Amino acid sequence: MQRRLFPAVFLVAIACALPFALPSYAVFEATLVITYAVALLGLNLLTGFNGQISLGHGAFFALGAYTAAVLMEHAGWPYWATLPAAALLGGSLGWLFGRPALKLDGVYLALATFALGVATPQLLKYKGLETWTGGSQGLVLMKPEVPFGLPLDADQWLYFFCLAVAAALFAAVHNLLRGSVGLNVVAVRDHPIAAAAMGVDNARIKTLAFGVSALCTSVGGALSAIVVQFVAPDSFSIFLSITLLVGAVVGGLSSLQGAVYGALFIQFVPRVAEQVSKSAPWAVYGAILIVLVLLWPTGAAGGVRHLKLRFLARSKP
Amino acid sequence: MKKLALGLAAAVLALACGSAAAQKKYDPGASDTEIRIGQTMAYSGAASIYGEVGKTQAAYFRMVNDQGGVNGRKLNFISLDDGYSPPKTVEGVRRLVEQEQVLLLYGMFGTATNSAVHRYVNAKKIPHLLLLTGASKWNDPQRNPWSMSFYPDYASEARVYARHILEHKPNAKIGILYQNDDYGRDYLRGFKEGLGARAKSMIVAEASYEVSDPTVDSQIVQLRGAGADVLVSFSTAKAAIQTLRRVHDTGWKPTHYLAQGAALIGAVFNPAGPEKAIGVISTAYSKDPNDTQWENDAAFREWLAFMKKYRPEADLRLGSHVYAYSSARLMVDILRASGDNLTRENVLRQAASIKAVQLPMFLPGVVVSSSPDDYRLIKSLQPVVFDGKRWNRLGEFVSIF
Amino acid sequence: MNTLLPQLAAGLATGGIYASLALALVMVYRSTHHVNFAQGEMAMFCTFIASLLIEAGWPYWAAFAATVAIAFALGAAIEAVLIRRLRHAPVLSTVVVFVALLVILHSISGWLFGYAIRSFPSPFPEAGTGGGLVSAHQLGAVGMTLAMLLVVYLFFRHSPLGLQMRATAENPVSSRLVGVRVDRMLALGWGLAGAIGAVAGMMIAPVVFLDVHMMSGVLVYAFAAAVLGGIGSAPGAVIGGFIVGVLENLVGTYVVGAELKLTVALVLIIAVLVARPNGLFGKAVVVRV
Repeated sequence: MQRRLFPAVFLVAIACALPFALPSYAVFEATLVITYAVALLGLNLLTGFNGQISLGHGAFFALGAYTAAVLMEHAGWPYWATLPAAALLGGSLGWLFGRPALKLDGVYLALATFALGVATPQLLKYKGLETWTGGSQGLVLMKPEVPFGLPLDADQWLYFFCLAVAAALFAAVHNLLRGSVGLNVVAVRDHPIAAAAMGVDNARIKTLAFGVSALCTSVGGALSAIVVQFVAPDSFSIFLSITLLVGAVVGGLSSLQGAVYGALFIQFVPRVAEQVSKSAPWAVYGAILIVLVLLWPTGAAGGVRHLKLRFLARSKP
Repeated sequence: MKKLALGLAAAVLALACGSAAAQKKYDPGASDTEIRIGQTMAYSGAASIYGEVGKTQAAYFRMVNDQGGVNGRKLNFISLDDGYSPPKTVEGVRRLVEQEQVLLLYGMFGTATNSAVHRYVNAKKIPHLLLLTGASKWNDPQRNPWSMSFYPDYASEARVYARHILEHKPNAKIGILYQNDDYGRDYLRGFKEGLGARAKSMIVAEASYEVSDPTVDSQIVQLRGAGADVLVSFSTAKAAIQTLRRVHDTGWKPTHYLAQGAALIGAVFNPAGPEKAIGVISTAYSKDPNDTQWENDAAFREWLAFMKKYRPEADLRLGSHVYAYSSARLMVDILRASGDNLTRENVLRQAASIKAVQLPMFLPGVVVSSSPDDYRLIKSLQPVVFDGKRWNRLGEFVSIF
Repeated sequence: MNTLLPQLAAGLATGGIYASLALALVMVYRSTHHVNFAQGEMAMFCTFIASLLIEAGWPYWAAFAATVAIAFALGAAIEAVLIRRLRHAPVLSTVVVFVALLVILHSISGWLFGYAIRSFPSPFPEAGTGGGLVSAHQLGAVGMTLAMLLVVYLFFRHSPLGLQMRATAENPVSSRLVGVRVDRMLALGWGLAGAIGAVAGMMIAPVVFLDVHMMSGVLVYAFAAAVLGGIGSAPGAVIGGFIVGVLENLVGTYVVGAELKLTVALVLIIAVLVARPNGLFGKAVVVRV
């Protein structure tokens, strides 16, 4: 038992030590990784555990980001208070979207969510909402201050704040999946008809999955707005939805750690791709993606699991 | 006697060391051998065409380095891709300032992207110079003393058209096509301000379009159907090409005013068919690379030689290259003027005290100048009209402020 | 409302664009049961090839034919090299690979062909018709689309090869058992889709002008068209295209304004998929449990 906890504790210790070892902008980038990981947690849940493909999760990310921005800018809410609001709004809209999505399967859902992702920037720019959203110019936000006079700088404080929120969400989703809900969620993915025959309320499970997924991604969006201190429609194009999907797949869909690996991929690989070719970074990105999908469909998390099995199996007598 | 001589020598030496130390001042990013210039630019994504500007600027700096650099220092130009996504701009700028330790930020593109970082750069006192955006908010030395743009102000340009219409066509019925983002909307606002009280009565229709829209046919139909006899297009290249074609094909003959960013012979008029653009009115501040009237102009020849040598693969129809060349030239001038005092404060001071510079690829008479109260570098535009082959002057230079 | 007729005409013309791309989508779907998110980019890429050939001096129809052949080969190659390996992979993997293809083709095109906007010649004469409502090219393009539709329809309905392809898509295992060369059918399906996409691109380019982003805005509407008409139905996709074009124009002009056109497409897709998932002309599929 202690042996299994050890790597987890080790990782947590590293995560806590990082902001003191890294320069400011690196702490900022690490914080961004955390916000993406939270967003991917939602997508992994929906697409990996529940089998519903979403090419439009950028819309929920944008929803959370704008909720946080509008509340901070126009209603003067403190940044931490905007998170429950983003969660609530994201969760409800996700649940509502899940209802018509019930009738859509596989590729059709991908199509519908793709359209959602494409329509999002235009919606955000809409003249009617301009007084709230700032239109194409967007909204500039204030950087959160370090509270209680803690001996941290603003970047470090934000890192720990996001880390705490992420840890809480990961724990909550983990618990959710461990119980009977988790079994039902996976059952609905693997064999919906058998699940229904066993008494699972497919509709309820699927809309629940959509709602929780949108909630997580929305919180991720809110966190990223607070960290970047700026929201504008151009930040939330269809490329964001595609990026999130890429991260989820590369990280490993049916696993929660996959969200973390995926977030690391999203944040750092484009820089590497840029080194290879300034003119076509997305091409390199796409090529890496295809290679990974073809050779390693379970993603990074699957690879890690594979390695763990090999080493742990050896160490057993 | 010896003591006096020694004392004098020591004093002279001390003075020399002291003033030598006072002469060379460096902030992070500057040294005896190099000056680091940072930039984020849209090399990927929907706005990737602007990446050409960054590439030509890099080529210009390479040329300057080949010729010995600026005051003996090499220019180290670090340009990162932000895909026109503000979060990536924030990341890129923080990396440039905090890890790459650049002296200044130069030529960044876009309103939303620059808005995402302007508070940061002003707080950290990093010169944020010669931005590629014409939005009015960038020339506010009171609130954002470190940010300065280098592009004709959109709203002011629109006011030029408004004034021209009021003067020459006071009974016009105006239809406006505008891009649905801060670019188009800034123009629209300036245009309405320029018409003043008569805006409501003269504008019969407004139609917007998204950059991603496949065609603007529907919008043109709408504008024509509203009875407009003057068409004002606040659009970028693609929509402008489609507009010219569509307007011609439907037999509509309005007086057509076109935003200068889309008024390019090679990139816009030729694909549409130059005869369809006859009579188009716009404003200009620089020489159109496909306008044959500049063929024998010395400055044009120099520019062409530069492009052929340093960017042979570039498509010369794009307006980006003339702009990039002029902008890079101005940046080098600012750095040269800073001499050995390469502190951020001094670089900004030099940028804010440019005295009537005539850039070679700018139209004769359009001078660039700035002062600590007035960061608006381009202060006049030349109204022009296209005759099917070249741009002809339409009256005198107009001061846009 | 003297703009109604021109708006209708403009809508039909744009609808023709959506219809031709939707046809290519349907082609892929009918032969492989996949929705190819990269269809637009493939079409754009091939249109650039045509443009280069024409610039090099080739006469229009020679370049056209060569491009169609190249597009066919490209489509078949993508299937053989990439899609075939995903035969037994979950739907998500194929969707991800298509999206990756979209992104790769888009960037490579920018790198290879540059970002300047080009004109693309039309094989139809320049004259306008109907008082300038619709150009001769647009009529010709619509005609070309309808001709392709006819060919596709007849192919699937009445030719033995078409029957084999449909069988392969429905039930690859059984088809193989009765002697259908499944691999070849799949490659053929993709090849044909590539060819149709290339023709669509070459018909679209004279109207919207050729650049790297030519198809980016069209894809969503083509999806809406295919969904509306029924993704398994070729005539449905074409009719769906025209309906989407007209609807988008009319709603965009008279009801919600041009600033919400994409939302209209989104709502349309969802509404159709929820209310009538097989579209207007698709057949209801009954799955055996």
